[in-house]
Amino acid sequence: MTEVEIIRDRGPRNYSRRKFIKGVIAAGATVSASSYLFRGPGVLTAGQARGGVERLMTLTVNGQQRRVDVLPYETLAMTLRYKLGLTGTKLGCDRAECGACTVHIDGVTHYSCSMLTHQVRGREIRTIEGLESPDGELHPVQQAVMDEGGFQCAFCAPGFIMSMAAFVEDNPSASRAQCAQALSGNLCRCGDYNKILDSAERAVELMGQRA
Amino acid sequence: MAVIRDMIPPCELFQPASIGDALNLLDQYGENSWVLAGGLDSFDWFKDRIKRPEAIVDLGGIEELSGIRADGDGLVIGPMTSLTEVATHPDIVGRFGLLAQAAEHVATPQIRNQGTLGGNLAQDTRCWYYRGGWPCYRAGGNICYASAPKAMNAEHCVFGASRCVAINPSDTAPATIALDAQMVVTNSSGETVYDAEDFFIGPGIDIERMTVMEPGDLLTAIRIPGTWAGADFYFEKIRDRQSWDFSLVTVASAMRTSGGTIQDARISVNGVAPYPMRLDEAERAVIGQAPTDDIGVAAGDIAIRRAQPLRHNAYKLPLMKNLVRRAVRAEV
Repeated sequence: MTEVEIIRDRGPRNYSRRKFIKGVIAAGATVSASSYLFRGPGVLTAGQARGGVERLMTLTVNGQQRRVDVLPYETLAMTLRYKLGLTGTKLGCDRAECGACTVHIDGVTHYSCSMLTHQVRGREIRTIEGLESPDGELHPVQQAVMDEGGFQCAFCAPGFIMSMAAFVEDNPSASRAQCAQALSGNLCRCGDYNKILDSAERAVELMGQRA
Repeated sequence: MAVIRDMIPPCELFQPASIGDALNLLDQYGENSWVLAGGLDSFDWFKDRIKRPEAIVDLGGIEELSGIRADGDGLVIGPMTSLTEVATHPDIVGRFGLLAQAAEHVATPQIRNQGTLGGNLAQDTRCWYYRGGWPCYRAGGNICYASAPKAMNAEHCVFGASRCVAINPSDTAPATIALDAQMVVTNSSGETVYDAEDFFIGPGIDIERMTVMEPGDLLTAIRIPGTWAGADFYFEKIRDRQSWDFSLVTVASAMRTSGGTIQDARISVNGVAPYPMRLDEAERAVIGQAPTDDIGVAAGDIAIRRAQPLRHNAYKLPLMKNLVRRAVRAEV
């Protein structure tokens, strides 16, 4: 395993050098990852000035209320994956480019890697885990992807499916070109776009049948 | 040594509920504060450890900063209004379609859902040397890496260089200039209104800023006057990738024609200078003329006069010329 050094923080809050094992994070070990997340300053000065944030918060995720301790500078993708265990949401680029981390906030798609968890307080978060109905019936988009075999490696699939779901729910008679535009914020490195668009078209069809 | 860049380094986060509270925080933290709108650009800076604010002031909780409302025969747009809303709002689509088109051409659906009009207007340059954390002029250093002899400068400026050769990447900025928009900038000592054209500044005025706004300033409203409502608009953004990308050259124009003659015109181009350029000379050349291809070519020629391309970006001249030409003749 390789040891990797994190760039040291500068300025008054200059901690001792923090190290962690990259391999542990890569393996997706939730416990290690969250201990890394919590390795920030023990007490932040939130609340000193008006508008400072309270770390303990309740998030509405997939219809459930989840209490969670969130650092002020923590992204939603980090909270979902490493604190709430919702690892269906993937982190690809972490730079608002690839779309693997796409989730719905109040029914609208967002890159969860590029928003702070504190920005979604009080809003409805839906992740790939919350797409199927409580009785286990797949969302039309999920069914469409299964019907069409829409992805190869499928790392990008949760993000694509979330983008597709938000779009077909609002546009149940969308064309292939419109689907392509709606999915333009998601990248597939396998280059499987044709089958992804086949799935999108199938999803539109299934939405139409359901309506 | 590998560098882990998956967490934003520690800083404080404030979510004020009013403009007054936000301004107090900006005054309190001064240059160590960071105004957060959509955050799409901000988080990259933070994750890369290149910008290290002590306090982030998130404007998302300030209701008066978002939304679109009528103001006489024009509109007032809150800077925190999302680009999706700007691109789809009936008043903007119907009367100021130029701005709707510009907003629609920004990045991806997810980014438009979160990114704001104010953030898009006030965004920083994409110069990759500056973005990469190199200590260039814009970053407070004393060299421009992008104009060095072997520099990669295909996406840099052909006008307005002053030590720095970076460009303004905003898609909506040229549309605000073409619509004669005004920017309301507020700080703790009051409110100042700038014409869009004066809001954006080049390195000759201040090499570290893209707009007139200094630490402690907030963009609090974007006013679109009724002047150009329902005019003939043209918007075209040229980029390397069709799907989504930053602009290489973008043109935004508004014209009024009657009796086969252009009565009045605004033409603005972005991607060619450190600020969105208004092409006054080209405008004067087309007013009173018929919107023909010949006049378009003439306007394009005027537009690229005095350009000073760098080693790798001379392609921007024919690109700019042809975009101006299309903008003029599109009104036929």
